[in-house]
Order: sequence, then structure tokens, then C-alpha cells
Amino acid sequence: MQTKRTIFGNKGLPYLLLAPQLAITAIFFLWPAGQAVRQSFLREDAFGLSTTFVGLRNYRALFDNPEYLDALQVTVIFSIATVILSLSIALIMALAVDRMLRSAGTYTTLLIWPYAVAPAVAGILWWFIFNPAIGILPFVLEQTLGYDWNHNLTGRDAMILVIIAAVWKQISYNFLFFLAGLQSIPTSLREAAAIDGAGPFKRFWTITLPLLSPTTFFLLVVNVVFTLFDTFAIIDATTGGGPAQATNILVYKVYDDGFVGLNLGSSAAQSVILMMIVMVLTFIQFRYVERKVTY
Amino acid sequence: MTFRKFAAASTVSLLALGSTAQAQTQIDWWHAMGGELGEKTEALATAFNAAQSEFVVVPSYRGTYTETMTGAIAAFRAGEQPDIVQVFEVGTGTMMAAEGAIVPVYQLMADAGADFDPNAFLPAVVGYYTDPEGRMLSMPFNSSTPIMYYNKNLFAAAGLDPEQPPRTWAEVEAFSRQIMSSGTAECGFTTGWVSWVQLENFSAWHNQQIGTLENGFGGLETELTFNGPVQVRHWENLARWQQEGVFQYGGPGGGADAPPMFYSQTCGMYMNSSASRAGVLNNTPDFEVGIGMLPYYDDVAGAPQNSIIGGATLWVLAGGSADEQRGVAAFFNFLSSPEVQAQWHQDTGYLPITQAAYELSEAQGYYSANPGADTSIMQMTLNAPTPNSKGLRFGNYVQIRGVIDEEFQRLLAGDVDAQGALDAVVARGNALIREFEAAN
Repeated sequence: MQTKRTIFGNKGLPYLLLAPQLAITAIFFLWPAGQAVRQSFLREDAFGLSTTFVGLRNYRALFDNPEYLDALQVTVIFSIATVILSLSIALIMALAVDRMLRSAGTYTTLLIWPYAVAPAVAGILWWFIFNPAIGILPFVLEQTLGYDWNHNLTGRDAMILVIIAAVWKQISYNFLFFLAGLQSIPTSLREAAAIDGAGPFKRFWTITLPLLSPTTFFLLVVNVVFTLFDTFAIIDATTGGGPAQATNILVYKVYDDGFVGLNLGSSAAQSVILMMIVMVLTFIQFRYVERKVTY
Repeated sequence: MTFRKFAAASTVSLLALGSTAQAQTQIDWWHAMGGELGEKTEALATAFNAAQSEFVVVPSYRGTYTETMTGAIAAFRAGEQPDIVQVFEVGTGTMMAAEGAIVPVYQLMADAGADFDPNAFLPAVVGYYTDPEGRMLSMPFNSSTPIMYYNKNLFAAAGLDPEQPPRTWAEVEAFSRQIMSSGTAECGFTTGWVSWVQLENFSAWHNQQIGTLENGFGGLETELTFNGPVQVRHWENLARWQQEGVFQYGGPGGGADAPPMFYSQTCGMYMNSSASRAGVLNNTPDFEVGIGMLPYYDDVAGAPQNSIIGGATLWVLAGGSADEQRGVAAFFNFLSSPEVQAQWHQDTGYLPITQAAYELSEAQGYYSANPGADTSIMQMTLNAPTPNSKGLRFGNYVQIRGVIDEEFQRLLAGDVDAQGALDAVVARGNALIREFEAAN
């Protein structure tokens, strides 16, 4: 295949065209990120009246702190569960809708709906449904299974609650991409396989899933970023990181220590670590997972 | 409209805007009072603006206490701070340590030449917000203290005397069991603010030390000590009562699930701020509410002592012009006048901050018309405060409150016993206090 090349006569023009995007990246990403790195080496009172350079002390304190290591573990459990559940449920729904001849449009609209709900509103909805004092679900669980649901006290209940809320929010987005991916798979391939005697499962594993892999890979990256950052509002509205920090994920801890506790140095160090985790994860995904993707 | 006419019109309107801005000095006031309390707060500013023409106070609601405080601090760092900010009592340590960022109220009043008598204020309220020399640092605005609300109808149905709230914890337990065994309700009591009510106020009420150096009033080198035998015994009981259903937990922080349990008659008794009174009465049209003091263990020497306050004060941030500071002084004098204070106290359930406002409310017949409305004041002034019951002042206390909640949850979940939970609160809290000491 021949590569297309556009030759610019003017050497300055490409830079000029890139300038707005570069400016936005510099102002909204590089500059604040630089500030965070700088802040992470300082110890400062809330008002910024006295500042001391403390080197790596903020970082060392974090790794000596069992609560931070707990938050790391909580984040891993939360992220893996949310990503796997939201991807697989969305895929099942997309497969179901893809087979529909009529009313597929209606179902698609209904399934995309939750994505339009702001995370904080979604959080409040789930808080309401699961509320141990006034919620409907704890009441039903108690009546039918005799299970005493209390996410104010039981860490496992709280974790299940935030995972459900996050998954519910993310299914719509994943569903939309999976559906588009499925519709771009030529029907002839599947029909040919069917004529060759391959059953529905065989066809799914050997044809549909491999051809969906670019979509799946893209969603994997987006979902990991989602669980690490965008789930803040859900946690804030449902559990507030509790009980006893059972749902205190890294990004929530950054907020809690920085904006509630006013410990800016530690909070900045945590956000730098979080930034590095995302960089490493994205690198690994592109380096290793992408090799298995067929475009 | 031609361009020329448009330009002329805008010049005129700009001039008009400029002249009004010059005539009145604007005073920005950030507060954290939402809902009904927010309306009452805005009404105070409106009344002040109507009463004089030199200054105009502009109140603006900034979310929760935490959000308001951190927002004001961020604004200060950016040089855009308001003149007045409302800060909750646990933020006092942080604000006090910020010399150079705040203007102490005693200094503000002296600079403005305002007529100001610090002795007019209730000592139990003001004591919380003075420096070691006894000078007033911030202006008390909304102070409350926890009290006990109980359901008179449930008491009667369970065969208890509806006019007699429990006085001791032994009675709380006995009354709860009677309520539960008679089948009138499924739980005895619940509570808002576990940290504030069941640990801090509990300690003061039993004259037990909260921290060294007079509960932190004496300096930043203070250490928490509220893991003593009396507090351990109480937390042990709370955990046991939670197991048996006598007590139901309402969640961390303010305990958002506690009020519904009382309103829906799931629990017969409920401990929370005296400022919840209006809300409690509004939400309980189906039954009569009685009010009592906090319970105590009668075998603890010195109990009951006196309860301590919560709520917020108004801090003046540095950087305002001399005119603005004069305006703030005038506004503070307006707020502490007996008529304004008495009205605010009666509307909201917050404590009156001056002796005169209390006496005025009494003269107006407010307490005889509203039985129980003065319980909070009587409980706070029951005895002269000791070093253990004057209040508390620790750096990073916002986070320590969070630690108290976490360890209490671990206790209720059975992960740790009462001694272990309180020891952990003290150890983790002291680490936070040391961090604060190092940063200031």
C-alpha cells in the first residue's frame, strides 16, 4: 500500500495548525500536572503561608501508610470487577440487540439512556435504592433471603453497591460501541461459517469475537480510565469511601486528603502516582494487548 | 439602534453602575447554610442592608461546611477571598493557625472603633473561639449542642411515662428494651454525629479528658487521650446494643440515616443537635416529640458536667479594605444585637450567643410556649466548664472526625473491640496532629 503524503509549502503552517491543540494540552494538562509534581515535594499549610521543601518525604509517607496500600488494593478490586462486568454485560446485550429484526432501535435508545444521567445523580439513585434505613432493596433482601444489607457497616456490601452503580453507568457506553462493532462485521462471514456447519457458539468465538477485538481493546482502555477517574462522583454520592475506607479508591483519596483534609503535599504526591499508574497501564495495553488485536 | 446611540447608552449605564458601587461598600459573605436555614441566613443580610445604606452585605451559599472552608482557602491563595467566611468548629484549629490570613475579631472591632463588649457573649460559646489570652478570634454565628429527642406516643404505648425522658444510660437501655419487648418499635435509639455526640460530647459530659493541654487549647503539641475507661465502656455498650438491636447506626459524619429512623418511628429515641429541633418537629406530625438532656453513667464521678458546642463561626479574612472592615464590624454588631439574635435563636434552634438574647427570648415567653427549647442552654451551662469540658481544639480535626467514624464502623462490624477502636483513633489522630504541627 502506498502511503499518502501531504507536502506543506510553508514550514510554519503545520505548527500554526497544531497550535490550538498544543495550547490546550499545555494549559489544561501540562501546567496543572507540573504544579502537582512541584507540590508533591513540598509541605505547606492550608493557606500557603509557610512552605518547606521536603523532597520525597510525601511519597515515602504514603508507602509507609497501610491505608494508602489498602486504597491501592481496593482500587484494583473495584477496577477489575467494574471493567469485566461492564464489558461482558454490554457485549451480551449488544449481541441480543444485533439479532433483532424489529424494535432494535427502541431497545438501543433505552439501553443508551443511563449514559445521559450524570454520575452524581446516578449515585444518589443507587444510594436511595440501597439505603439501609429507607431503601427498597435492603427491605426486599431482608424479607426474601433474610440478608441484612448494610453498606454503612459491611465493607463487602458497600463494594458491591459502588460496583453495581459504576457498571450500570458504563454499560450504555460499551453497548453502543459493541453494537456498532457488530454491525460492521460482514454477514457473509458468519453465513459462510454457518454453511460450513459451525454452531452459534463456535461462530461467536472464532469469528465475531476476533473481529470485535479492536472495539474491545479500545473499550478496555477507556473503561480502565473511567474506573480510575470518573467514578469519583459515584463514590462521593453513595458511600463517601466508607465504611472504614472499604471503598476508598485512589482518586477519592486524592480528593479526601487534598480538599477535605487540606493536606496538599500528600494529595499531590498521590495524584502524581495515579498519573504514573495510568501511564504504565496504557503503555502495557498498547504494547502487549494490542498485539493480539486483529484490525 | 445605531452604533453611536448604543455606545452612548452603554456609557450611561456603565456610569450608573459605577456610581452605585461607589456609594455602598460591598461585603462578601460565604456561608454553608442550605435549605430553610439558608433562607433565614439570607434574611439576616437583607435586614442589615435595609437598616443602613453605607454597606451592602452579599451572602453566597457555597455548599457544605467543608466545601465552604476549602473554597475560601483556595480563594485566599488566589487573592480572591471573601470578607467573611463561615467555618465549622472543627476547622477552628486550622483557621487559628493561619496568622496573616485572618483578622481576629477583637482586632477588627478595635480598628473599626466599634462599640463592642466581649463580656456580653455566653462564656460557654465564646470560650471555644478565644485565644489563650481570652481574646475573641471569630464571631460566633450558629452554635448548637446535642440533646435527646424522644417519641412521647411510643413511650406511652410501651407503658413508659411520656413526660419522663431517660436520664442515665441505664435508663436508656431499660426504656429501649421495654419499647422493643412491648412491640411498639423495633429499636430503642439512634444518634446523629457519632464523633461529636458519642465521643466528644460524651467525654465533656462525663468530665473526661479529650486531649492533653486542656483538650488542645494550650498548644499544638497536644495529644488525644479519649481512649480512657469511661469512653471504652460506652463504645463497648454501643457495639453490644447495636448487636441486640437496642441501638441502630445512622451512618458516618452527621448520620444521614438517623433522622428517618426516628421520623418513621423505627427508633423511639434520637440524639442530635439542638438545631435539628425545627426539622424534627416538621417531620413528625404524627406523634409528639419530647426533649431531654443527654444521658450519663451515674456511677462516673462528676457526671453530668456540661455539654460542648458544635456549629460554626464567622471568620474575617485579611486583605479587605479599611471600609470593608468597618462594614464587617457594623454587620457583626448587628448580628449580635439582642433582637436579631433572639429571632435567629427562636427560628433555628441554634443557641443564643449573648446573655441579652437569652433574656429577651425568656421575656417574650418563648420558652414557656415551647417546652424543651431551653434544654440545650441549660445543659451547656449546667456546671462551670472544667479544662475537660471547655471544648476542643486540634489541628487536622476534620480528618480526625473521619478516623473516629471509620474506627466506630470497624467496631460495629466486629473487626475490633472498643479498646482497640479507641486506641486506633488516638494513634491515627495523633499522627495527624503531629503532621499539622510540622506544617504550621
